[in-house]
Amino acid sequence: MVTVSTTTRTASDVAAQARDVLGVSRLTNRALTSWLHGLPGVDQVGNEARAAGLGTRSIKTTSKAWAIDTAIGMIDLTTLEGSDTVGKVRSLCAKALVPDPLDPSTPRPAAICVYGDMVATAKAALGDSGIHVAAVATAFPSGRASLAVKLADTRDAVEAGADEIDMVIDRGAFLSGDYLTVFDQIAQVKQACGEAHLKVILETGELVTYDNARRASFLAMLAGGDFIKTSTGKVGPAATLPVTLVMLEAVRDWRELTGVQVGVKPAGGIRTTKDAIKYLVMVSEVAGDDWLTPEWFRFGASSLLNDLLLQRQKLTTGAYSGADYVTLD
Amino acid sequence: MPKFEYAPAPESRAVVTIEEAYGHFVDGAFTAPAETFPTLNPADETVLAQVSQAGSEDVDRAVAAARRAFEGVWGRMSGAERGKYLFRIARILQERAREFAVLETLDNGKPIKETRDVDVPIAAAHFFYHAGWADKLEYAGLSASGADVPRPHGVVGQVIPWNFPLLMLAWKIAPALATGNTVVLKPAETTPLTALLFAEVCQQAGLPAGVVNIVTGDGRTGQALVEHPGVDKIAFTGSTEVGKSIARSIAGTSKKATLELGGKAANIVFDDAPIDQAVEGIVGGIFFNQGQVCCAGSRLLVQENVHDEVVSRLKRRLGTLRVGDPMDKNSDLGAINSKAQLERITSLVEAGVAEGAERWSPECSLPAKGYWFPPTVLTGVSQTHRVATEEIFGPVLSVLTFRTPQEAVAKANNTAYGLSAGVWTEKGSRILWMADHLRAGVVWANTFNRFDPTSPFGGYKESGYGREGGRHGLEAYVTTSASTLTGAAR
Repeated sequence: MVTVSTTTRTASDVAAQARDVLGVSRLTNRALTSWLHGLPGVDQVGNEARAAGLGTRSIKTTSKAWAIDTAIGMIDLTTLEGSDTVGKVRSLCAKALVPDPLDPSTPRPAAICVYGDMVATAKAALGDSGIHVAAVATAFPSGRASLAVKLADTRDAVEAGADEIDMVIDRGAFLSGDYLTVFDQIAQVKQACGEAHLKVILETGELVTYDNARRASFLAMLAGGDFIKTSTGKVGPAATLPVTLVMLEAVRDWRELTGVQVGVKPAGGIRTTKDAIKYLVMVSEVAGDDWLTPEWFRFGASSLLNDLLLQRQKLTTGAYSGADYVTLD
Repeated sequence: MPKFEYAPAPESRAVVTIEEAYGHFVDGAFTAPAETFPTLNPADETVLAQVSQAGSEDVDRAVAAARRAFEGVWGRMSGAERGKYLFRIARILQERAREFAVLETLDNGKPIKETRDVDVPIAAAHFFYHAGWADKLEYAGLSASGADVPRPHGVVGQVIPWNFPLLMLAWKIAPALATGNTVVLKPAETTPLTALLFAEVCQQAGLPAGVVNIVTGDGRTGQALVEHPGVDKIAFTGSTEVGKSIARSIAGTSKKATLELGGKAANIVFDDAPIDQAVEGIVGGIFFNQGQVCCAGSRLLVQENVHDEVVSRLKRRLGTLRVGDPMDKNSDLGAINSKAQLERITSLVEAGVAEGAERWSPECSLPAKGYWFPPTVLTGVSQTHRVATEEIFGPVLSVLTFRTPQEAVAKANNTAYGLSAGVWTEKGSRILWMADHLRAGVVWANTFNRFDPTSPFGGYKESGYGREGGRHGLEAYVTTSASTLTGAAR
């Protein structure tokens, strides 16, 4: 299995690799455009039919138990509200540390995802538990700020101790065909991340077409993103199975092309165990088993955890409990 | 071992009751079983039930019952009233969908996923669709304006195959009843059970006795039905060989016929195709129903410059196909319907390899009992090879290449058949040009094996004649000349 080097790569290293992939001596917007537009198209009807087909897999008993625990371990437990307080973030961290007080064998989620100003609070609450702190940055969710502000936003979060940065791409630049700007911003943010892992949010709800989702995925990988992520959760539609399918095909093809593995994170709107299991089926059958770990696949979610816990209790005890038997966070 | 192992998820067979033995369904009632033969579950070779072999006397009785029903009640009933019965049948099919899906899977060997999501829902859709036509036939454009309203032929003899037993029954019975004909239907000898369950649905719907009659048996029963002088029209779906013999046997009679026969469809992939969806379309085109589909995309014509990429993506995809217990909800491929069919597939694939094709199958363990064949890809196939010209009717894909659209069309049309074709390209103008030049009854663009009651289906050349489904499909069941008038169709 290929693993991404975690050593810091400079923006110029990334550009050199990109030139190599494109087979050009200078990275221009024209070179990026012809490469991205040369990718095979996505047929909307066929893509949605395939996603729906994978959604009919019947996951029972032992495989369901495995899937629930795997999904819990892949959650980026998220709070991204203007009303977030220190108290709210601490209680979310406490939930991550002890997801189910009734069953200590319950796995913990992969990370807590917060705004940059809450990183220190989350970091202190989580201590050396191994649960990562992810921070959204780069003028999340709209991304409408200068590059200088975006880089400062990123550095601020990293300095506060963020292990992972969830950046947003400039959708305006992407939709106007200015791929080079999108590329440069991702590459620079990646450099500003230092050791922190970079998740690149495509905001597919604003890109609208699957062709755009595929192009944005390849552009983000070309620019050095460690993860590609569907959505901010602030725009509808957020994560869907078909768009995640396009992104899983992209990371699979990217590894074949470059040997580099990139992770995928659907975020927003995934609330039930049933949905989460459909995503895991898709990861398994499209990208393959190599992606079935928190290192390479995450769920951006808040209410999903409690539904997974309820289903887990049901599998253990044989009976459904109820909303009051999982804790509010 | 894969990380994400799917635990067995078998559908329960308790939802359906299978009798020990069945007679025929004639004049609204079941006859006592006689001269029985077994029908097997092809997935494990167990006997499901005994069914009766209909002789010429049984066929006589069934045709006579159909004639009485046509003249006495059905041919005189208003279209609106006929429509009510069809709607009722459609709803009962939906209500009993699970029962039909389980029974079809047991008797045919196809995965429950397909009977549940394709066969049974589309069968119900055909009844709903034709129910709507029953009282609107004068507006279907079947006769010239001001001419007589379309009228039924009378008694229709229908012989259907084993690959989609219930669905082919629906394709046949729904338009026949909507247009005011009565029916004697013979299901295939290896898959009679859902037709017999459908007979129960006719009773449940209160359909007048004799409107639908079902006689079971092998080819001899079919021959007796086709040659019966009391039958006004024949509708047949099955092999080209049998289709030809039916055409010969009715030559010189006043019988009308529609024949839906074999195919050797080309699935044509251009270098600008949406590649992941094209791979899905190739898989669905040839491995749906174990490739036992007359319109299966059995010849992959891929543009030479993307051949290697398409084949490698296809092979990777086939690695995730799940072959096994048809009753497991996660099985993608089930059993081959019969020993005879398995032998035919095996010998044709061996012939292909002997002629120089390279054979490949993904790793998969097949059950020890039952009739099984792994999903198979033959590469390096040429137009002269038997596997490129003969219908295999199994999970076997022959891969050929082409260089230009003209060559793709020439190769696609270079077959005795002409039932269906698929075109994969992101270029709209090329889709239209290809559809214009392909000699096939159905051309799918960026999809394959899609069926809808509103869409006419049928073939060119040795794939048969006549259309089923849509407005066109009604034509075969009506006459617009007053001379054959035996009942009122309004």
